Amino acid sequence: MSPREKFLVPREKPTTYYGRPIVKPPVWKPEIPFYFFFGGLAGASAVLAATATFARRPALARRAWAGAFVGVTVSPLLLIKDLGKPTRFLNMLRVFKITSPMNVGAWILLANGGATSLAAGLNLLDEDRRGGAPEVLAAALGAPLATYTAALVTHSAIPAWSEARTEMPFVFAASATASAAGAAMLTVPADEAEPARRLGIAAAIAEEGITAIMHKRLGALAESYEQGTAGKFQKAARACTAAGALAFAASDPGLIPKLGKRRRSALSMAGGALLLAGSVCKRWSVFKAGFQSAEDPTQVARTQRERMNGDRLHS
Amino acid sequence: MAGRVLDLDTPAWPDTYGTDAQPRVGFFTDTSVCIGCKACEVACKEWNKVPSDNQGFSGESYDNSGELGANRWRHVAFIEQRLPVGVEDGAPDDLVAEAARQNLVEEGLDPHRDEDGFRWLMSSDVCKHCTEAGCLDACPTGSLFRTEFGTVVVQEDICNGCGYCVVSCPFGVLDQREGDGRVWKCTLCYDRLQGDMEPACAQACPTDSIMFGELDELRERAAERVEVLHERGRGEARLYGEDPEDGVGGFGAFFLLLDEPETYRLPPAPVVPTRLAGSVWKAAGAAAVTMAAGIAAGFLGRRD
Repeated sequence: MSPREKFLVPREKPTTYYGRPIVKPPVWKPEIPFYFFFGGLAGASAVLAATATFARRPALARRAWAGAFVGVTVSPLLLIKDLGKPTRFLNMLRVFKITSPMNVGAWILLANGGATSLAAGLNLLDEDRRGGAPEVLAAALGAPLATYTAALVTHSAIPAWSEARTEMPFVFAASATASAAGAAMLTVPADEAEPARRLGIAAAIAEEGITAIMHKRLGALAESYEQGTAGKFQKAARACTAAGALAFAASDPGLIPKLGKRRRSALSMAGGALLLAGSVCKRWSVFKAGFQSAEDPTQVARTQRERMNGDRLHS
Repeated sequence: MAGRVLDLDTPAWPDTYGTDAQPRVGFFTDTSVCIGCKACEVACKEWNKVPSDNQGFSGESYDNSGELGANRWRHVAFIEQRLPVGVEDGAPDDLVAEAARQNLVEEGLDPHRDEDGFRWLMSSDVCKHCTEAGCLDACPTGSLFRTEFGTVVVQEDICNGCGYCVVSCPFGVLDQREGDGRVWKCTLCYDRLQGDMEPACAQACPTDSIMFGELDELRERAAERVEVLHERGRGEARLYGEDPEDGVGGFGAFFLLLDEPETYRLPPAPVVPTRLAGSVWKAAGAAAVTMAAGIAAGFLGRRD
């Protein structure tokens, strides 16, 4: 054949094997997106609680410590349930392995669990506690607890996850902060609410902004987040988070000074619940996007060919 | 290939084995002589006592077993294609004839046998036993390990079923076994290797499409084979996974293919997730710091 022969008819090449996926979709059960949510709630709440303790806001601190404690207690239970047999969790702790985000995360979860439980206990026992090493440790381990779950999914062979590796931890951080603020706002008295209210609004805006950047950078891969079940969760997350932030803003005495105390606290609570729901939906959206991406063999092939052609950043 | 951001090599074969280290072994699967008989699938199942699963018809040519998974450690792909000639139904005859001619020129398909470009490709797929194995790096329990032969094996008494290796394999090799929860894959017949026997699939292969041996030697043999095929006018023959410079540091089990990897359900340029670990952790760390700073900043300003 002559390589310079010209073809008159454009040809399409078959590029999949009966449409079967190239990479396997995750085998993770519904516990996992909830695990992401509770890990985020625990981590961001620990940071919020520690800061509130040091800033002498005992009412907010107590509630945030309670949120952190709930999160860090529920998280391992969800993880263990996903594994099937409880004792299997212990296998995770027979090594420390820096190449495995799953292993590193298990250790972060465990260490944060200890520090948060101690700090939460001390704060519940002593209302005037000024804060010390347990609070610092819980906060220092809380922040990575909230973002490592993003590393867990982006450190994978699934294109829509892997190619989002730069932005995903920031999305998780914002979503975690929104959930921590939301949880605190459920019960915190109006006159102690200010930092949580402000944080909830800021986190909601940040989450929306980073998500937009992430989708833009993903290009065609963003369809995994925008279509199907992932897309529905994404829309629900956006609606809940926006509504929650608006409710928080409306409950601000600086904005509507005439609003009655009861209405103000009703708005705070509704906003808190909405932010929590938004955070749950966000993790579900990311979770489902991974399945949808893995099930599409053309995404894998296209991403790799773009990388080969230098159209996509390698590291 | 760009350099790694963060070097996360864990010491493994041959360093950790010292004098017990064996030469690295693997497979060279030459799909140009595969006849799709599936003797390798059966031999693998029998020797390794891999449970049966799907007994139905897939509608995917002579392939009813689909793909590699927990219960299938060798899988024979059976590609049956009428290559689209690129013209719409009802197009003028001369256009169809031109498209068929293109098939002949570009693909080497013989229109005398079947005018619309019918072809079969057969290939026995298997775990690639990567030099830089994503599954091994991701495994949080140390269940996945590198043997003294340089192969990658799951230790079933340690696997806790977390499923992280499943999403870390660029080839979709590993999967969870239903009812068991743990992950199973090709061991390259570790037990047989220890007894100085070749793996069951390679022994059963009637055409020597599956060749077992020391990796260095297999690579030489493969280079010769692809040259022979090119000389015979089979320009589409190509090696897949033989290059130690690729995204997984070269496969322990590599292939000679007759079309693009995608056609065989193989990724065209796989990269082990670990190579991107630097940017993954950098982003996670930066996000954690940003979050903590952001929350602290929320406490600044007016106090009501």
